[in-house]
Amino acid sequence: MADTLQNPNPNNISAYYQTRAAHHGVVTSDWLAQAQAAVGRHPDDVLPPEPEVKVAGKPFSVIHEFNNWRNQPDLAEAVAAIRALAAVIRNSEATTMMELEIELKKASDSLKSWDTTSISLTAGCDLFMRYVTRTSALEYEDFNSAKSRLIERAEKFGEISYKARRIIAMLSQDFIFDGCTILVHGFSRVVLEVLKTAAQNKKLFRVFCTEGRPDRTGLRLSNELAKLDVPVKLLIDSAVAYSMDEVDMVFVGADGVVESGGIINMMGTYQIALVAHSMDKPVYVAAESYKFARLYPLDQKDMAPALRPIDFGVPIPSKVEVETSARDYTPPQYLTLLFTDLGVLTPSVVSDELIQLYL
Amino acid sequence: MEARRGWRAVPKVRQVGFFTPNEPPPPARTQSGPPDSNSPPLSNSPAGNSLSPVMIPPPRHLSDNLAHRATSPLPVPETSAFRRPIPGGDRVAVVGSYNPTDSMLGASPPLTSPSSRIGDGEFSEESSPGWFRRSNSAKFASSFPGGGFDLTSIKSSETLEVEVKKPVEVPGPNIAEKSGVAGAELQTESQSSSKPLKAKTTKAERRALQESQRAAKAAAKGEATGKPAISSEGAATSKPVKQQPSRKKDALPAATSVAASDRKGVDRPPEKERKKEVPPPRMQFDDKNRVEKAKKRAVVNQTEARNRVELFRHLPQYERGSQLPDLESKFFLLDPMHPAVYKVGLQYLAGDISGGNARCIAMLQAFQEVIKDYSTPPEKSLTRDLTAKVGSYVSFLIECRPLSMSMGNAIRFLKNRIAKLPLSLSESEAKESLCSDINRFINEKIVLADKVIVRHAASKVRDGDVLLTYGSSCVVEMILLYAHELGKQFRVVIVDSRPKLEGQALLRRLVAKGLNCTYTHINAVSYIMHEVTRVFLGASSVLSNGTVYSRVGTACVAMVAHAFRVPVLICCEAYKFHERVQLDSICSNELGDPDAIAKASGRMDVNYVDNLANKENLQLLNLMYDATPLEYISMIVTDYGMIPPTSVPVIVREYRREHLWI
Repeated sequence: MADTLQNPNPNNISAYYQTRAAHHGVVTSDWLAQAQAAVGRHPDDVLPPEPEVKVAGKPFSVIHEFNNWRNQPDLAEAVAAIRALAAVIRNSEATTMMELEIELKKASDSLKSWDTTSISLTAGCDLFMRYVTRTSALEYEDFNSAKSRLIERAEKFGEISYKARRIIAMLSQDFIFDGCTILVHGFSRVVLEVLKTAAQNKKLFRVFCTEGRPDRTGLRLSNELAKLDVPVKLLIDSAVAYSMDEVDMVFVGADGVVESGGIINMMGTYQIALVAHSMDKPVYVAAESYKFARLYPLDQKDMAPALRPIDFGVPIPSKVEVETSARDYTPPQYLTLLFTDLGVLTPSVVSDELIQLYL
Repeated sequence: MEARRGWRAVPKVRQVGFFTPNEPPPPARTQSGPPDSNSPPLSNSPAGNSLSPVMIPPPRHLSDNLAHRATSPLPVPETSAFRRPIPGGDRVAVVGSYNPTDSMLGASPPLTSPSSRIGDGEFSEESSPGWFRRSNSAKFASSFPGGGFDLTSIKSSETLEVEVKKPVEVPGPNIAEKSGVAGAELQTESQSSSKPLKAKTTKAERRALQESQRAAKAAAKGEATGKPAISSEGAATSKPVKQQPSRKKDALPAATSVAASDRKGVDRPPEKERKKEVPPPRMQFDDKNRVEKAKKRAVVNQTEARNRVELFRHLPQYERGSQLPDLESKFFLLDPMHPAVYKVGLQYLAGDISGGNARCIAMLQAFQEVIKDYSTPPEKSLTRDLTAKVGSYVSFLIECRPLSMSMGNAIRFLKNRIAKLPLSLSESEAKESLCSDINRFINEKIVLADKVIVRHAASKVRDGDVLLTYGSSCVVEMILLYAHELGKQFRVVIVDSRPKLEGQALLRRLVAKGLNCTYTHINAVSYIMHEVTRVFLGASSVLSNGTVYSRVGTACVAMVAHAFRVPVLICCEAYKFHERVQLDSICSNELGDPDAIAKASGRMDVNYVDNLANKENLQLLNLMYDATPLEYISMIVTDYGMIPPTSVPVIVREYRREHLWI
């Protein structure tokens, strides 16, 4: 398993964030080069044989499948993983349920270890496994019917995850009123969908985008919003508190939703949530339900590190350390509501859902 | 009836806070009860409600549940009448009519065999929240076939009196019921409620006895508790509430003896009627009548402590020192008591076994012995008789030391298992199945749960951490030792407090294993908190609103940790979770030995308080538990994983379901 699943970037550099950066499509040339390298490297890693996936020797690689899906910037990584796993079941040559489950577990593990820093990937795989195997289909006499039932559930889960964004966009429409000002941080495709839907519903609102260094997510997002004719204002990250008076609500996405109800998101989210909380502005999180992970960080350092090299534009002396963590943890007391495909939830419900699923 | 209504009009009130205990009682309320008026100094203001503020009227549906289980031959209309939460004038009147000697129990229907009642009470406990448990069982009791008990007569105060008397006559299970200790597990409560009901059979003689007693009391005391009881009855906000206090009083007698200056009690008799619907509340020890009655049934002779803090009058407090030798001397005399249970009771009393898990395991193992030695008496069913026996043993244990929540849950589990035994099993098979169930409970819910907790919590310990713990929790100790074995580098700070100084034993054990420890008292906790990175605390129980009920001092430590933004982790097995909600540490707690705080052992020069114990204006308060609100808690580590404190009701919901499936 180890040989196929190398994280293309050792030294804890998060492939997840590299990939996301690649998807953002950036401005500077060296940035572009970096992104190209990041994107370009992955298919190569896929080629090694995949003994852990297929016993019968059929050349099916879950990683390969995963990368096929993943290369579409619009597709969430976890959804790509879920679809790849569904494909595993479909292409499986196992003859007993146990064998199929073992195969599925191996494929899931291989996907997870491909990038250990991606919470949604891990959570998505885990949830898929629980969802699919936790069914009475496994008690059917006939293996084929059980297998088809599994495939059915897997595809349904894939569909749900794929459609999750649309459901979330629909749910959040009630919270965007005419004349409101929304502060957005990071480039979340879910939040973009929310804003797109609101614009299509002819709501009048304006958006403040934080610059989102070092990925410059704000630039990309403002680009997209400008295409939708939504008034956008760009702020540098330090100007958030300055502008918070004019803001009516904060909208962020999430890389992962943890058991306490808090979220793990791009660096800077915690800061913004703290400012918003102290000024009594609601913080809304748009996250699909497959991002619910069984993690429970107690503080910022209690998570697996996910590092992302930062390009300052000028060379930095070697004696100077740089904080390269790509994400932070926002505790649940600073979040107002979570918009998920399961509905509009308060942070304490996340644990309820997880307990029900896992127990 | 009319008279009783009048009684109801005068609410009984309990003074809370600081006041001189010897104030003359306020003008007597107009009650038709014993001439003595109000209860002792405390319950004087007419405006208040004698019922404890935390009493909640039981839900109506409980009666429906109980109805299903009722096996009584009682005429339907009567039982249904009892079920109605707010009955017509009659019931109200009865409740209101407060006759302290009358009764602890409301007009409950004839008492059936204690075992059945207890069993049903147990069921009701399981189906309803704690507050309601007692009334449920009460209700049950009412529906049981009684010894020709006439329900209609129950409404009269006399009947109530008879009822009150009955408990005295019925030993064993009744004792269990009567000795509901404030803060005792619901189970005890249901037992207590069932006890009074049983006594109905000799209503006439009980009535006579009560009246004579009442007269004697009236003569003896200037202010009879009766008055307060009556007034409280009258004031009852709702019947069920009243029943609860009365129930409690019944329970109380078993556990404590009423001191001369006891305060107002809750009116029991009117509540008897209500009992059926209302789950018996925990025993409130401020009703002198009930306390008297419970005392009669008590196995352990306890003398109530003298100077008691007003706010905590509803909790039992005894004078230590005489209990242990007294019990020891009676060792060969207590026939109905099984020696294993007696031994465990003595150990509790002496303080040899302390800590939720240890007490629970010791008790369950004693019950295993009981079951092994048990043989069904002729003409009795195993489930009912065994349940009754267990109930009586539990009441004895309560007399020794009030139950912890973990023990309460374990007892409920055991009674559930006994009740679920298929009738087709032979006696030896049934006994074997019960013993293996107990073993499974201990193994799964305690031993294995601890292992899972240790594994989860040790993952939160990083190198370089400074971990703080308070007192001595067995789970926290296991976590620290396990993390040490894993090779993590960390320091431990042990915070301790008088009078128990439990941290010293923990310190010794940890140092012996080679951990780096710091030891300090709780007055220095804010001094040391700035260098702490994590706080690990144990819990006696976690309640549904996320409140952690643990050794007194825990709330302090958690609050200081929160102020310093240090994460607080509570390590608690899921079987200790409880669906009760508690907002403060007052409504249910345990009072320890007040002399322990008066004396500073080993230091003769600072024993200033020692000789002051008898002073009137000095009241000693030694609380054992306190409630930590959920804002101060970061995470609860249970055998179901790491959960936020808001998810406790989810676990209770899931756990309870699983519990019932076992």
